[in-house]
Amino acid sequence: MTAVITVENLSKRYLLGHRASDNTPAGDVSLRDAISRTARNAIRKTGDLMKGREVVHGDQIEEFWALTDVNFEVKEGEVLGLISRNGAGKSTLLKVLSRITEPTKGRVTLRGRVASLLEVGTGFHPELSGRENIFLNGAILGMSRVDIRKKFDEIVAFSEVEKFLDTPVKRYSSGMYVRLAFAVAAHMEPEILIVDEVLAVGDAAFQAKCMGKMSSVASENRTVLFVSHNMGAIKTLTTRSLLMQSGSITADADSETVIEKYLLTSLDARAKALKAKSLEGFRRGRNYDNPPASIVEINIASANDDSDTLPEVELGSDFTVEICLDVESPILAGDLCVVLMNSQGERVTSLVASDKVVGLSLRPGENVVRLSVKDLHLAPGRYFADVSLDPMIDGKSCDAIFDYPLLTVVNHGQVTHALNRPWGSVYSKNATWSVSEKVEKIAAVGT
Amino acid sequence: MSDVVIIEYGRHERNYWRDIWRYRELFYVLAWRDVAVRYKQTIIGASWALIRPFLTMVVFTMVFSRIAKLPSDAAIPYPLMVFVGTLAWTFFSTGLTDASNSMIGNSNLISKIYFPRLIVPTAAVVVAFADFLIAFGLLLGMMVWYQFLPSWHVLFLPFFVAAGIAATIGPSLWVTALNVKYRDFRIIVPFIVQLGLYVSPVGFSSSIVPEKWRLLYSLNPVVGVIDGFRWSLLGSEIYLPGMAVSFAVIAFFMWLGVHQFRATEKSFADLI
Repeated sequence: MTAVITVENLSKRYLLGHRASDNTPAGDVSLRDAISRTARNAIRKTGDLMKGREVVHGDQIEEFWALTDVNFEVKEGEVLGLISRNGAGKSTLLKVLSRITEPTKGRVTLRGRVASLLEVGTGFHPELSGRENIFLNGAILGMSRVDIRKKFDEIVAFSEVEKFLDTPVKRYSSGMYVRLAFAVAAHMEPEILIVDEVLAVGDAAFQAKCMGKMSSVASENRTVLFVSHNMGAIKTLTTRSLLMQSGSITADADSETVIEKYLLTSLDARAKALKAKSLEGFRRGRNYDNPPASIVEINIASANDDSDTLPEVELGSDFTVEICLDVESPILAGDLCVVLMNSQGERVTSLVASDKVVGLSLRPGENVVRLSVKDLHLAPGRYFADVSLDPMIDGKSCDAIFDYPLLTVVNHGQVTHALNRPWGSVYSKNATWSVSEKVEKIAAVGT
Repeated sequence: MSDVVIIEYGRHERNYWRDIWRYRELFYVLAWRDVAVRYKQTIIGASWALIRPFLTMVVFTMVFSRIAKLPSDAAIPYPLMVFVGTLAWTFFSTGLTDASNSMIGNSNLISKIYFPRLIVPTAAVVVAFADFLIAFGLLLGMMVWYQFLPSWHVLFLPFFVAAGIAATIGPSLWVTALNVKYRDFRIIVPFIVQLGLYVSPVGFSSSIVPEKWRLLYSLNPVVGVIDGFRWSLLGSEIYLPGMAVSFAVIAFFMWLGVHQFRATEKSFADLI
């Protein structure tokens, strides 16, 4: 099998500008200095622009390497996962692969037509009807009109918007819009498909449909580079994955290993977060500009303060999760949801506050929400949590923290699994075993 | 698989023109989109393409012919002469304005998808050209009204239309490239368009310009285009040295536009 994507020594540099006055006391800068500096800058920038070089604001220039020496290969028909934290250079890599920006060094060889889904619905025009947008979006994604006409019915059926085909898309609901956009994208037939975060949209049924489409694409011997924060999706769709950290590839192996490694990197992030008392290092979901509340700390009650190791929970014992919230404006009925995942990124269970109480009443200031988990006995291993806070106003979560390393379940010899049988995710503490003699049914009826 | 794409620093310069050909479908679609969207949610739709040059013609005929008493060329009805000028000028000014804003208007495409960026401003010029064709229909109607039959010169019309397109695309590309970085051009362009209307021979014949200034006057590329239109459609006299100067300026702007655009194009996605 030939390599469809070959990336060799790829590096990308950005230039960041700083103003010199940031480093000098403000009083030292005279108007004349300011004017002469502005003039110098303008001349330099115009010169750069004329020569086609990057134009940078400010008068001190710092280099920033978004990618350093990236090497990998993708074989024909392979679905490769790409996992990284935010700001690790993943978007830059995808931009270089889809030719939006040029690399500074190195080379990429792509054999076949590339289509990238950096964001679904790119180029949709709100004034045009659904029908017109299918043609427009198709052309933008690199399909010819003949191709689109051939696939038109399929696209419409997939998107489930038949009735509204001649309505301008600005009147569509956001769900319809996304469905139509994904439908067009899913029906392209490039040899190489770059997918980023598209599965995060739509309702569960539609997501399932998208997953189906993705795996069928892969089975048609087309190459897919799949980028997602959803470890479950990575695990189901890909066999091999890459892990990116600060601009370079730190792991290239089968997906299970890489997912585990990725989740382990969050241990460092947790240690840092605990020291700095801020969760900024984690992937976050915020849907408001001024969130009414934010999550500031997640921990296990009675855990020791050692930030370098995960809180330990004995096999078969109950535990309490403490979530500290910083509330700006009062929330009458908030909802908290904690999703527990094992070290493979598979969901173990979801614990939802509104299942048990009507809603959490949160007052301005720091609030600590305690979640006691009883009768849920996790199998030994590391567990991660997605914690989301939802003020129950419009169904949007106001803060969410993903892949937070929560605890490790330890088995200090309480239970010995004979023959090293795999544990699975949960442990039944109160399961009982008994033996009795089998009583014949007929005999039972007879008496 | 025949399609092998190699991405390296400075590589994309080499396959540039081949890429443009490969992306022609996108060019059609973007042009079609802009034409389709242009008169959406307006009451009189494409009639706007007629009304603007028509009203300009009425006002200019009043001001320049009735009030200022400027002469027309030979036996050409003044309104007809003004309308031909308006037609060319409206095409140029609409093209320039739309093209210069096209990059910013399509920034979501530019930051997400690769294609030769040259497609965007040229597609915007196509939209202006569609307006031009509609208004051209009105010109034919007016020629029937004035019972004016063009001579064999009309065979050269396609050539001057092509010159008009080149005269629009050249400066448009240049301004578009600069506008991505320096939004100052969003303010400069309407100003150029406003002044240019009076500097170019739209409301009057360029034959009234004194002989010694004629060559200098022709440095405005639109002068050559309008004079060419009038010569081929209406049979007014032609001033060849001026025409040559205008065409040289058109060619220069075309070179400057393409050169500047290509030099800055690869950083558009980072700048926009």
